[in-house]
This record gives sequence, structure tokens and C-alpha cells, in this order.
Amino acid sequence: MTQLLLFNVTNGLIIGAFYVLMALGLSLILNLSNVINFAHGGFLVIGGYIAYTITPYVGFWGALLLAPLLTAVIGLAVERVLIRPLYGRDPLYSLLLTFGLAFIIEDGTRFIWGAQGKPVTIPEFLAQPLSYEFFFITGYRLFMVLTVVASVALLFGLLRYTRLGIRIRAGTLDLETVAALGINVGMLRSLNFAVGIFLAGLSGVLAAGQLGLEPTMGTGLLMPSFIAIIVGGVGSLPGTLFGGLLIGVASGVTAVFLPSASEAIMYVLMAVVLLIRPRGLFGEEGMMT
Amino acid sequence: MSKGLDARGLLALVTVWAVLLLAPYWLPPLGGYTALGTRVLVLALAAMSVNFLLGFTGVLSFGHAAYFGLGAYGAGLSLKFLTMSSPLSILFGMLLAGVAGGLLGALIVRRRGVYFAMVTIAFGQVFYYIAFQWSSLTGGDDGLRGFSRQPLDFGWFSIDILSNEIAFYYFVLFFFALVTAVMALILRSPFGRTMVAIRENERRARFLGIPVERHIWLAFTLSCFFIGVAGALYALTNNFADPRGLHYSQSGDFVMMAVMGGMRTFWGPLLGAAVFVILQDYLSSVTVNWMSFVGLLFVLVVLFFPRGLLGVIRQTSRA
Repeated sequence: MTQLLLFNVTNGLIIGAFYVLMALGLSLILNLSNVINFAHGGFLVIGGYIAYTITPYVGFWGALLLAPLLTAVIGLAVERVLIRPLYGRDPLYSLLLTFGLAFIIEDGTRFIWGAQGKPVTIPEFLAQPLSYEFFFITGYRLFMVLTVVASVALLFGLLRYTRLGIRIRAGTLDLETVAALGINVGMLRSLNFAVGIFLAGLSGVLAAGQLGLEPTMGTGLLMPSFIAIIVGGVGSLPGTLFGGLLIGVASGVTAVFLPSASEAIMYVLMAVVLLIRPRGLFGEEGMMT
Repeated sequence: MSKGLDARGLLALVTVWAVLLLAPYWLPPLGGYTALGTRVLVLALAAMSVNFLLGFTGVLSFGHAAYFGLGAYGAGLSLKFLTMSSPLSILFGMLLAGVAGGLLGALIVRRRGVYFAMVTIAFGQVFYYIAFQWSSLTGGDDGLRGFSRQPLDFGWFSIDILSNEIAFYYFVLFFFALVTAVMALILRSPFGRTMVAIRENERRARFLGIPVERHIWLAFTLSCFFIGVAGALYALTNNFADPRGLHYSQSGDFVMMAVMGGMRTFWGPLLGAAVFVILQDYLSSVTVNWMSFVGLLFVLVVLFFPRGLLGVIRQTSRA
């Protein structure tokens, strides 16, 4: 029983770490540009398939870095062409646009790479379990968590110490004042969008190594990321981080006792948070109420 | 709609109803079939319910498929276990959807804007999982089967809506007319005007002493009742209820219909639903990737015609 519980908590943490990576990207874009990026799951899929395509040429490690970068470039183009014209309008329009875009991306990947799932090869030494007793902790899962930790640390460092990061944080609080101070807000939004999409691409590469690739895989991962943001509180990146881990562990633990509810528990958690603390656990009052 | 019935409005109204009433006669010659018209009506009613909120109160629910699905399961389950009456089953479906919407709406209206949309999706997904997991009642992944719509029995005569497609079309049209009439009446009432006031400027409405949360909650609940009727009709149309009908991608379809047709207009979603259903019917026979074409069309509408098709038609006819 203890081992089973440990197994599921670990599992939950790993999945939670994964949600965190997705949700942080979504959250960045939502906070600064007020865009709910429905196509975020689509960018995850693009990242995964790009990794699949370039791995034979650059190897797994090259793909781990290059695929998210290429995804971010695609994201940058999408932001420039499709999303930028909508900033002046009701935020609902950008939500609707990315919703349509998600369909196009899903069918596009199906068209290019086929509907069949694709396996992605990971380095041999990562595929081994670390020990017999804890068979479920493979090297790859540990590697996933470490990658997530590293990228979260990098992201928070970027936001805390670099000029770009400080501007992004300032823009989240008051974009008008930031614009009045002579900062190119359009550029800021583009770069911020690209950072968010980079994280989606990275999630895609990591997911590809664990689950294999399918054109529809992004959709299923989108909703937990939404919940992570709502539970953690819109506008708070630490909240998103915490929210992602929390729902991951909660669904892992529920899987032990009531497997059929392991997915629903996230929604229950969200309902409870909304009842008791509508702004989310770490959310500030008045942030996009 | 806003200035009451002027000549132009009356003309539009007469045109819409003439087209709908005569559909079984002009659809087949144009290469359509009556069941296609029925489908348009049902989905249009759902899209109009979503638009009741989106277009007239200004809040986007991205989880209305849940209440659509509740309407469907409510009707299906009542036909299976409780009653042999098709109209009664619609009533059950409507009540189930409306009551659930009213309860959850109290939580949902605490948020606004994009946050409102996210919360509605997430709550909608709860019902999707319930329908999916509670196999003993709902049939789970396979959907709810084992019921069928029943002939209408008026005592001294009965109408066979089960095998007669045209009779069933008029049956659906009757409920469509009933619900849209209620919608139109509400939108003309002081309450409806207040909804529009909230849409235009929520802060000002609040300063005028309007209890904004309560109004949005009421509008949300009403639209859940409306979409419950659509869901019940959908179950009767297919003699089947499907958990995928509760998924948020279905909500997205409704929103797409409303926006494509024109969300600031009363009849826009009807046009949107017609375009959507016809595209789906045609494209899915040509290509498996039909959703990307609908998605592309939708993206273009959002970028270039935010008023939707009917909005554009109206604008050019006025200019």
C-alpha cells in the first residue's frame, strides 16, 4: 500500500511538473496579453513532431533545444500575423481565433505527419529504471522533472533579473504605463508570446519521449493547464506552478482510491477553490476578475 | 430588434419564418434532405442559447455543451425509464439542464471576461466526465441507447414523428418557435434591456444600482434552460445521447456558429448553424480534415468580419 501510494504520488508529481510547463506558458501569455491560447496544445504537438523530424539529424539533445526554438519561431509568426490585429478588441476574439487555429494545427499535423502515432527514440541510458524497488522512476522521468525544474528556474530568473523579464512583469500589472514609458509594447508582447510557445514546444518534446506522438495529444493536456491556472490564481506564476503540482498529485492520489475519479478530482478541486477563494490560491484581488 | 418592429424587421421576420416553414419543400430540390433541416434547427437553437448570453449579456460561456448534453440525457433517460411522451421528455431535459445551470451559475458568475470562459469550460468538463464514467446509467463511452421518440398522442388523433421525417421536422420547428419567442420576449423586456446595458458598460450599470451578478446569473440560467430544450431535441433526433455532446469542443462549435452568423444579431446563429451543418455535411464527404476548413473559415471571420455573416449583410444593405 505504501509503495502504491508512493508510486502514485511520484507519478502525480511528474505529471504535475508537466502541467506546470504547459500552464506557465499559457499563463505568461494570458497575463500580459489577455489571450487564452487555445492553440497551446497545438504548439505542444508541433514541438513534438519537429523533434521527431529533426532527431535523426541532430540527435535527441539537439532536438531538445532546437525543436522548442523552432516552435517559438512559428509562434512568433502566428502572433504577428493573426493575434496582433486583435489586441485592440474584446479579449474574447483572440480566444475564438486560437480556438479555430487549434483545429487547423491539429489537421495540419495530421496532414504532414499522418494520423498514426509516432514513437520517439530517447537515449538508451534514460530509458532504464533507476532501481528495481522503484521500478516506476525511469531515468527519463527523472530527466523530465529535472528539465522542468531547470526551465522553471530559468524562467523565473529571466523574469526577475533581465530587462525583458522586468518589463513583462511590469506590463502584466499595468501595460498602459509601460507603454507610456516608451517601451515597445508590441515587441514585448511578441517576445513574451514566443517565450510561452517555447515552453509549449519543450513540453511537446518531453511528452513525445514519454508518450509517443499523436496529432490529438495536445487537446487532452490543455484542460489540466487551465485548471492549474485557475486553482493557482490568474496573474500569479508561482500560483500556476503550485496549482499544476497540486492537481497532479491530487489526481495521482485519487487514482489509488477511486481510479474512475482521478480526472474529475481536478475539477472538484477547482470548484472548491472557486467557492472559498474565487481569485485562486495565489491570485491577487482585482486581477482580471 | 432594438427599435421594435419596423418595416425592415418585419420583412426579415416574415422571411425567416417562411424559409423555415417551407424547408421540407425547398430543401430536397436543392439537394438537401429534411433531416438536414432538422439538424440545423436543433443546433441553431443551441447556438442561439449561447448567443443569448454572448451577444446580449456580453459574457462567453465555453461550456454550454454540458447543459446541451444534460438536456439530451434528461430526455433520453426519461423516455427510457419514466414516460412515453416525447414532449414530457423535452420538459425533463430542459429542467435538468436549467437546474444544473442555475446551481453552477451561482459559482460561475463570480468571474468575468476570459476567466468566465475558462471557468465555464472547466465546469462543463465535469459533466462530460460524469457522463463518461457513470456507465451504469449513461452507457459511458458508448452513449445512451435503448430509447426512441414516441408518436404524439392527442387522444382522438396521433402524429407519427418517429418514422415521418417531415412531421418530426415540424415538431422540432414548433419547439424552436416556442423557445425563440420566449427569448425574443425576454430581450424586449426591461430585463433584456438591462442585459444589453451590462454588455455595453458593466461598470456604469453597476453604478445605476443594477445587481449585475444576479442579472448575469439569471441570463446564464435562462440560457441553460433554452439549450436544454435543444439538447433534448437532439436526443430525440438521433434516438441517442453521446458523452461527446458534452465536451467543450462541442461548446466551441456552438460558439463558432454564433460568431460566424453574427453574435450581435438575433438570427445570426441560425445562419451560422446552417453554414456549419452544410459545410460539415459536404466537406466530411470530401475530406477527413474538414474541421480545419471550418477552423480556417472561423479564423477569417474573427479577423475580418467580427460582426459575422449577418452583420455584414445588414451593414451592406444599409449602406
